[in-house]
Formats: sequence, C-alpha cells, structure tokens
Amino acid sequence: MDVVNTDNEWTDEELEIAFQNKVDAEQRIEPKDWMPDRYRQTLIRQMSQHAHSEIVGMLPEGNWLTRAPSLKRKAVLMAKIQDEGGHGLYLYSATETLGISRDEMYEQLHSGKAKYSSIFNYPTLTWADVGAIGWLVDGAAITNQIALCRCSYGPYARAMVKICKEESFHQRQGYEIMMTMAQGTAEQREMAQDALNRWWWPSLMMFGPNDTNSPQSAQSMKWKIKRQSNDELRQKFVDATVPQAKFLNLRIPDDDLVWNEERKAHDFGEIDWVEFKNVVKGNGLCNRERLKARVDAHDGGKWVRDAALAYANKQKLRAVDAA
Amino acid sequence: MTDNNALFEYLLRLGDNSLILGQRLAEWCGHAPILEEELALTNIGLDLVGQSRLLLTYAAEVEGAGRDEDMLAFHRDTQAWRNLLLLEQPNGDFAKTIARQFFFDNFQYLQFEGLCQSKDDRLAAIAAKSLKEITYHLRHSTNWVLRLGDGTTESHEKMQIAIDELWGFLPEMFDMDEIDTQLLAEGVGVDLAALKPRWDEVVNAVLLEATLERPEDTWSVRGSREGKHSEHLGYLLAEMQFLQRAYPDAKW
Repeated sequence: MDVVNTDNEWTDEELEIAFQNKVDAEQRIEPKDWMPDRYRQTLIRQMSQHAHSEIVGMLPEGNWLTRAPSLKRKAVLMAKIQDEGGHGLYLYSATETLGISRDEMYEQLHSGKAKYSSIFNYPTLTWADVGAIGWLVDGAAITNQIALCRCSYGPYARAMVKICKEESFHQRQGYEIMMTMAQGTAEQREMAQDALNRWWWPSLMMFGPNDTNSPQSAQSMKWKIKRQSNDELRQKFVDATVPQAKFLNLRIPDDDLVWNEERKAHDFGEIDWVEFKNVVKGNGLCNRERLKARVDAHDGGKWVRDAALAYANKQKLRAVDAA
Repeated sequence: MTDNNALFEYLLRLGDNSLILGQRLAEWCGHAPILEEELALTNIGLDLVGQSRLLLTYAAEVEGAGRDEDMLAFHRDTQAWRNLLLLEQPNGDFAKTIARQFFFDNFQYLQFEGLCQSKDDRLAAIAAKSLKEITYHLRHSTNWVLRLGDGTTESHEKMQIAIDELWGFLPEMFDMDEIDTQLLAEGVGVDLAALKPRWDEVVNAVLLEATLERPEDTWSVRGSREGKHSEHLGYLLAEMQFLQRAYPDAKW
C-alpha cells in the first residue's frame, strides 16, 4: 500500500511504512533520511562495536610487531595494523553520521557499555597466531563484511566495500604465513597446527549465536541491516576454509567435521557456547588487558589532545589578530 | 673506486638508524594518544623499516659474504650495531618520542638530501626515495613540537624535559670519522659536520616558535660507530631477534 501524504503531517507509523518500503525496494538509507529510532540505535551499536573491534584488534597483532621474524614480515604486519587503524577511523566516521560522536563511542567502550569482538580477548602466543588471525579471523570478518556491503544503511555499506578490499589482502598475507610455517621445520609445523587449534573455534564464534538463539536477527534481516543469518555465514566460512586447511595439510580440531554430500556442505561440531558466553562476560585471557590498554592510551594521551586543542585555538586567535 | 669495507660500514650506519627507530615506533602500536597518531606513528615506522631494508640489502651485497637484510638485522649482537645512540633511546612519553623524531628527521632530511647527489647511483636512488618520506616525517614531528611546546603549560613542560633529556645524544650525529671522511672524498658520502649549521638554523627557529628553550651544550655521549651503545639496545635486540635466534633453521 502506498502512503498518501495529504498535509505534510506524517505520523510515525506512516513514516515507518515508507521507510520499510524503501528498504524493501533495496534503496539505501542515507544520514538525513528519516529512520526508526530502533534502526538508528541498532546501527550505532553494531557499527561502533565494529569500529572498536578494529582498534582493539590492533593489540593482539601489535603484540608481535617488535618480534616479527623477518623485516619483510615486520613491514607487512605494520602495514596491516595501519590499515586496521584506518578501518577504525572510517567506521567511526560512518557511525558519526547517525548522530553520535567519537568521544561518546570511546566513553561507551571504556566503560564497558559497548562491546568489541570477543575474538580479540584471546592471546597471541606464537608467531603462527599472527598467521592464523589473518587467515581465520580476517577470513571470518570478510565473510561477514561482504554480506554487509549490501546493508541498507548507505554509509555502512560503503565503508564495507572499502574495507573488504584491504581485508582480503590481509587474509591472503595471513594464509601465506601459515603456508610458510606449515611447509617449514617440524617446530614451525607444530606452531601452525597449534595456532589453528586455538583459533578455529573462536573464529566460528565470530558469527554470533545460532539463528535459533539470536532474537535481534529477525528485525535486522527485515531492515536489511543483515543480509544473511549467522548460521548461513558460518556455514559459508567453514565450507571455504576446510579446503584451505587441507591444502596446508593441517587438521581442523573438530572430530565431527565431515562433508555432507546431500547438503553439499560440511557438517561440523557444536560450538562451546559456555566458553563463548564466558569470554563475552569478561573471563577471556585478555579481556582486562585489552580494555586497560585502550583506556590507558586514551587517558594517558589526554594532555597531548589538550595541547593540540590549545595550540589550534591560539593559532585561530593569531589569525584573527593578523587580519 | 670505493673500498667495499668502508661502503658496507657506511650503509650499515644508515640502515641501522632507520631500523632501530622503526622498531621503537612499532612499540607505540595500540598505545598512541589518538587514533590519528596511531596511524601516523605506524606509517612513519613502516617507512623507516622500508628504508632499512633497502639499505641493509645493499650493504649485504656490498659485503659479499652471503648475508642478507635478515642476517644483518637478526644475527648481529649489540656491538656490531651502528645506529645513533639517540635512536635506541626508549620512547618515553609522547613528547620524548616526538623530540627524538624531530631531531632525527631534521638531520636525516639534510643527510639524505646530500646523499641524493652521491656518486654511488644505488645509494642516491635509495636516498631520493627516502627523502620524500622524510619530508613527510619532518612535517609531522615539527608540527607536534609546535603543538606541544606552544600548547598547554603541561605539554610545554613535558616537551622541554624531553628536549633536555635527549640533547646530549645529538652531537654524535655530526661526527666525522675516517670512514665518513673517505666516502666524502670519494663523492659517495656526506659531510656531516657541514650539516650542523643548517640543522641548527631550522631547529632553533622551530624551538623559538614553539616557545621552547634550546639547551646549553653541557653534555654529550658518543660511541655508536664503534659499537658502544647504551644499555637500551640489548633489550631492543633481544626482543627483535628472538624468533630468528631461537629457530635458526627456520624460514619465515
């Protein structure tokens, strides 16, 4: 049914119908368009969490930057981490189009109100972890983000297009680290297998709870914020990754993993949701350290930001005086 | 005809400077005062690691002993390193990192500007590429010296303390030893002592504008070119070289 606007006085209900029609017609929602408040809030939550994840995600990999085993690997990792900082910046900007400031988002992160991806609460214990993160964690992220390229909110979708290009590059680099190690010495092979063992399940958890336990998903799908369900995306990731592990001659740590000819997809074991919840709740090995690192950087940097602001104000006054 | 030992030594000095400073900047990753600086410091660090790779690769070829950039970076102990003492100093607070960067960027700009004219074509080409990056580094560190020096009382104090703490490491930059003299005579190297007046001029102007005091020349430490380093370098190398040392048979 078309909404007829007779006197320029739209009711919220009419606006919401018009909004949904627009979404259904695959038209992008832009910052100045009317949108339901819950749509705005859902996006702020999801996008800021995404931005925070990029920033917190610099820490586990940054942990190996000074210890990278060759100058080439050091340079590549540095470039990658720099990209992630850039993604964070880009996502904060995109989220700001919804009417929240970066400072408010930081405040939510630092107070624990806003989350970041729980994968970054796992520690990087060996150099192979850097490879596993690129291969699996970035791989899972790309699977998610490619779907988000068709998200109904324009600024988010455009951010995803831009970010996906760099992410696929990172994933290939990560896989190449794994390949080098899998074909290396016995010790390197062992490191690679151990990294896969530790990062496999957390990577699958990145897609979120099962569809049956994901109450917000239906609304997000209706609004076309989400284009594919958690389980669909997870399946896609498993199917893409199994042959990659085979090629490396590494074993995925799942006894129930088997090709299902009927479904033309892999069956795989049940995720340990108790562990998932536990890490989300703050009981991962690195939850406290990660957050503290961010809070310390922010609080410790206040005097620097104050100085930049004071200097900018002085320069402004000087320009006025000179004029 | 340049003597290979001297050229190797000369390239090592340049490559080590870039690598050790790049390593220090990498330590900032995830801890910078603002996201934009997170990006900038990693960016500069990446440039420096890139420069060091070009210089150390060239050095290894000149040496002709079968080593490569990684052998030079990961299998030399403290006393074989030739980086300036200034660059191995710990990051300290943001002001100290900026002071170290500012002093070095100014020096490096003049040095590499000179090296662009080197009769050694490969060194000249590396210098030309690096100079573009250094121009950017210099703008970044100069702007921060101004912001911190002429920002708040607190930032002014911190910037002044940082400058005072690093001042005695600076004279070493302009020392000319036998190798420098030889390569200068051959038209390959740069007259470092001659850079000092221009360095002074630029640094003085920025310090003045930033309302900062140029310290008196009351102390100086030297020795990096003979492998006499501060105690900081050993820790830096222990961290940097760990994997290569622990698994010497591995390719990464």
